[in-house]
Amino acid sequence: MMIISSTRNSRSSLNNLDVLSVLVYAILVIWGIMSIYSASYNVENPKPFWDFNTFAGKQFVFAMTAVGLIILVFLLDYRLFEGFAYIFYFLSVLLLIAVVLFGKVVKGQQNWIQIGPISMQPTEFAKLGVSLALAKFLGTPSSKLTDRKVWLGIVVIFIVPALLILKQGDYGSLMVFVLLELALYREGMPFWIIGLQVLAVILFVLSLLIKPVYLAFGLFFVFSFIVGILLLTRRKMERRDWLIMIVSLVLAIAFVISVPKIFTKLKKYHQERIIVLFDEEAVDKKAGAYYNLQQSKIAIGSGGVWGKGYLEGTQTKYDFVPEQHSDFIFCTVGEEFGWVGSFLVILLFMILLFRIVIIAERQKSRFARIYGYCVASIFFAHFTFNLSMTVGLFPTIGIPLPFMSYGGSSLWSFTLMLFILLKLDTHRNRLFGSY
Amino acid sequence: MEGERGSEKRFVFYAIFGFVGLTLLIRLFVMQVIEDKYQESAEANAIQKQTVYPDRGLIFDRNGKLIVYNEPVYDLMVIPREARLPDTMAFCKLFGISKQEFIEKIRAIRAVAPEGVFFSQLSKVDFAKVQEKLSDFPGFYVSRRTVRVYTSNAMANALGYIAEISPEELKKDSTQYYRPGDYIGKSGIEASYEYYLRGEKGIKYQLKNRFNQVVGSYQDGKLDKPAIAGENLISSVDIELQKYGEMLMQNKTGAIVAIEPQTGEILTLITSPSYNPNLLVGAEFKKNYASISRNPDLLLFNRATQSAYPPGSTFKTVQALIGLQNGVLNDTLRLPCNWSLVKCHPHPYWTTPQTSIQYSCNPFYYQAFRRIVHQKGESFEALQEGYKQWREQVLKFGFGRKLGVDIADEGSGNVPQVERFNKIYKNNWNFSNIYSLSIGQGEMGVTLLQMANLACIIANKGYYYIPHLIKSIGKSGKPLPQYQVKHSVGIEEKYFEPIIKGMNGAFKAGTVGPMAQVVNLYAGDICAKTGTVQNSHGEDHSTFIAFAPCDKPKIAIAVYVENAGFGGIWAATIASLMMQKYLKDTTRIKIQPWQVGKIEATEKMVLDKIFNRRELLRLDSIRKAEKRKQDSIKAILRKKEQEEDIYDDNQLNPQ
Repeated sequence: MMIISSTRNSRSSLNNLDVLSVLVYAILVIWGIMSIYSASYNVENPKPFWDFNTFAGKQFVFAMTAVGLIILVFLLDYRLFEGFAYIFYFLSVLLLIAVVLFGKVVKGQQNWIQIGPISMQPTEFAKLGVSLALAKFLGTPSSKLTDRKVWLGIVVIFIVPALLILKQGDYGSLMVFVLLELALYREGMPFWIIGLQVLAVILFVLSLLIKPVYLAFGLFFVFSFIVGILLLTRRKMERRDWLIMIVSLVLAIAFVISVPKIFTKLKKYHQERIIVLFDEEAVDKKAGAYYNLQQSKIAIGSGGVWGKGYLEGTQTKYDFVPEQHSDFIFCTVGEEFGWVGSFLVILLFMILLFRIVIIAERQKSRFARIYGYCVASIFFAHFTFNLSMTVGLFPTIGIPLPFMSYGGSSLWSFTLMLFILLKLDTHRNRLFGSY
Repeated sequence: MEGERGSEKRFVFYAIFGFVGLTLLIRLFVMQVIEDKYQESAEANAIQKQTVYPDRGLIFDRNGKLIVYNEPVYDLMVIPREARLPDTMAFCKLFGISKQEFIEKIRAIRAVAPEGVFFSQLSKVDFAKVQEKLSDFPGFYVSRRTVRVYTSNAMANALGYIAEISPEELKKDSTQYYRPGDYIGKSGIEASYEYYLRGEKGIKYQLKNRFNQVVGSYQDGKLDKPAIAGENLISSVDIELQKYGEMLMQNKTGAIVAIEPQTGEILTLITSPSYNPNLLVGAEFKKNYASISRNPDLLLFNRATQSAYPPGSTFKTVQALIGLQNGVLNDTLRLPCNWSLVKCHPHPYWTTPQTSIQYSCNPFYYQAFRRIVHQKGESFEALQEGYKQWREQVLKFGFGRKLGVDIADEGSGNVPQVERFNKIYKNNWNFSNIYSLSIGQGEMGVTLLQMANLACIIANKGYYYIPHLIKSIGKSGKPLPQYQVKHSVGIEEKYFEPIIKGMNGAFKAGTVGPMAQVVNLYAGDICAKTGTVQNSHGEDHSTFIAFAPCDKPKIAIAVYVENAGFGGIWAATIASLMMQKYLKDTTRIKIQPWQVGKIEATEKMVLDKIFNRRELLRLDSIRKAEKRKQDSIKAILRKKEQEEDIYDDNQLNPQ
């Protein structure tokens, strides 16, 4: 991936290229293609690796075009990404609208759009568009997270694509957007907002496991306990503190009690996907939720320490695992390379995530830093949700594992996200904008 | 700058990333390394471990004739979870069942197991139909099994049968060889030689996809284990002789055992009435087993090995031998036929051991047995001592204990212990309480196998091999080791001379009736002892032991016909017919043309004779019904005639 080019405008220095990230990227993409080949390998009718009609062959083509995109990114002026950030955002929103209007429905989700011979998933590109727009919006020095107008702007940036994605039924991507909060937190958003959401999730889970009445009592005792400790430590309790405590207790109890009622309003298969995590016996064994998770877990679990060997996985090879070449690609890794393989994949992602945070932090440009954190948050969200889903720690939501899952849109989108950051990183020493 | 202010927050990010990464790694470690249920599930999912059933060993008779073999049958199996028929009606039509039946059948199987037999033992026509269309019916497959086929209807109880293993048997199986649904030998040879006959199961690993279609063999069949067929057995039974004997025993209750004395090989093991072994195979097993096992004639009871018949006068040979060995009798000792001791029948008054056998003198054995048990003195203690010693000697002949024949259905018979009499008579008994044992009556019971073994002992002059039905296992060419050991009965060879002579005399000019003598090949060459056993249940039992030829015995035989009266007539005749058939078939002895007709006539008499009370009653009732029918027809005819007469009269009168 040596790009020996330099444009007049941007004096890009490839010496500044973060080689480690590129290396991890390359390994993940190649491993991904190998896994896709293995997952779609037909024992009775094996196709060669270079057959472009197979998933692996197509993914290879996607990877090659991704290399083209990388070259393009490095040829472009680095200022372009900030300058045209809103344009990217509007384009991706337009695509999302087009999906809602003309999109194909695949597996209950209307997130495909056909443009000529190419079909694509605009949702993936929307993640890039939102990241750029958010970075641009918050990147201007006047934007401070204490300003309500700024918050309004952020909400506007999020709400449009979020609603469109909600319309498509792609809840996985919606959750990815939620995790962009991490980037906001870096830029000054108070932590309690995230903390409150984590608390809500914990209460949600608890209210599914424990009878709401008991849970409400439990909450009451916990609050009393905290109050007691506060009183004992003779902290000064003002009326405002009391008010906050009582209101939050009431809200928490109301939340806990209303959860089971809201839960039953969800679609049956959504309910099952959640219940199956806690109690495998509680769902219909014939239901997809049980079968898919079970098969996925069997595939990974049967890998053992060293795995069954490349192309030797019985679980993925014989089509037991659903979506094994795309969202469930990790099953192939787990089955054929065992815990060691799983460990390596997780290690690679950890390196990448840490690296992105390090890169983001070393940016002098606010835009680049915020953008970097957005990329980190999105990769982290995909990595966490995807792997948790395959091992049964999270409900099944259809989001791909970055770089490894089959799919042109996601590969291109993730590649662009990463390499735009790396491109910006090569110019990290140049101050840009109004600093 | 703001950026600088927030930069320490990166550690929060590191912490979150690290936390998630670690959580996933631990979760994966638990799933992949610690728990192995997923491994099993994956194998169950994708690797079909198919058991390859070995062919059960064949059984041949002593002349190499096939007695038992296997025939393949095909079961239509179904995996309800995967049985999603695109066209259920087509399936139902093919097998001629209704849709309702189809649904119920599937439901019934699903309730108990993930897969099961949809149709057991398809006919060849059905199998051909299914084979062709099987690909249209996902979830259905055909499994091949074999069933036992018996070449003749004979020897059912000796061969035994196989059936599905019971839960109790499964529990007992310490080798873990059997699985539910496997077949196992339940009785007879099938049970006792199960280990040799069953062979070794093979395993075939096949890979399936999620549609349960087999997509290839796992690891190119490296792990596959071919099934090893069971060992073939060669039975010592002469199947032709067996069939002949069973034919002769038709409509009679009893048993025949013939043994080759020099080897202990059983030539025939007949119990009557019996059943057709081909009824206890395959699909009809359950139905037929129910009717066979409930039959009041006890068709599954092996009278040859499980009965406890009083041996009657045949036991006198044992008494004579013990007496001679103990020195209380000798060749020249003559004892009177004193009817005051015990009843007898007309014959010369004074008898020696030899002639006492020839004429079957009861008082002789009353006196002989008294001498034996009182040889240590006249006191009660001496009697007890003498009895104990006598009992031990009797047990050496193989009575009162299981001989150890190679089928499990064997009784031990009964020779009462001293303690038994002590208990019955409260330690106050004397010879008069036990004298009926002297002539094989009273408290003792023996199996017919033990009686045939006695004939062998006399024929061999003092030793026997444990009788056995299998003379060769697999390629070894040898029976089980315990059947290769000579057992001595502790009687010197010389004491057998008078007994054998007496038995020869009994056949030529003694208790054996003329009907049995008719089939005598050449007079004087058969040694025999008759027995007529009184019993409280009705007519005397007819029993007979013999061996032939006297000088070089080739066959020793014991016959017991219940309620057939005097031993010298029916039992003797059946035994003689059996011996002549066996000797005719195996030696160069030629039967003279003038004998053939006589033998055939005798056979016919035996065949026509009915000693089965139930059969007699049945025939009687048929006869009565016939008669009633005839009578009623006659009555109708008579009435008609009378009416016609009247009519005729009426006709006539106007004229």
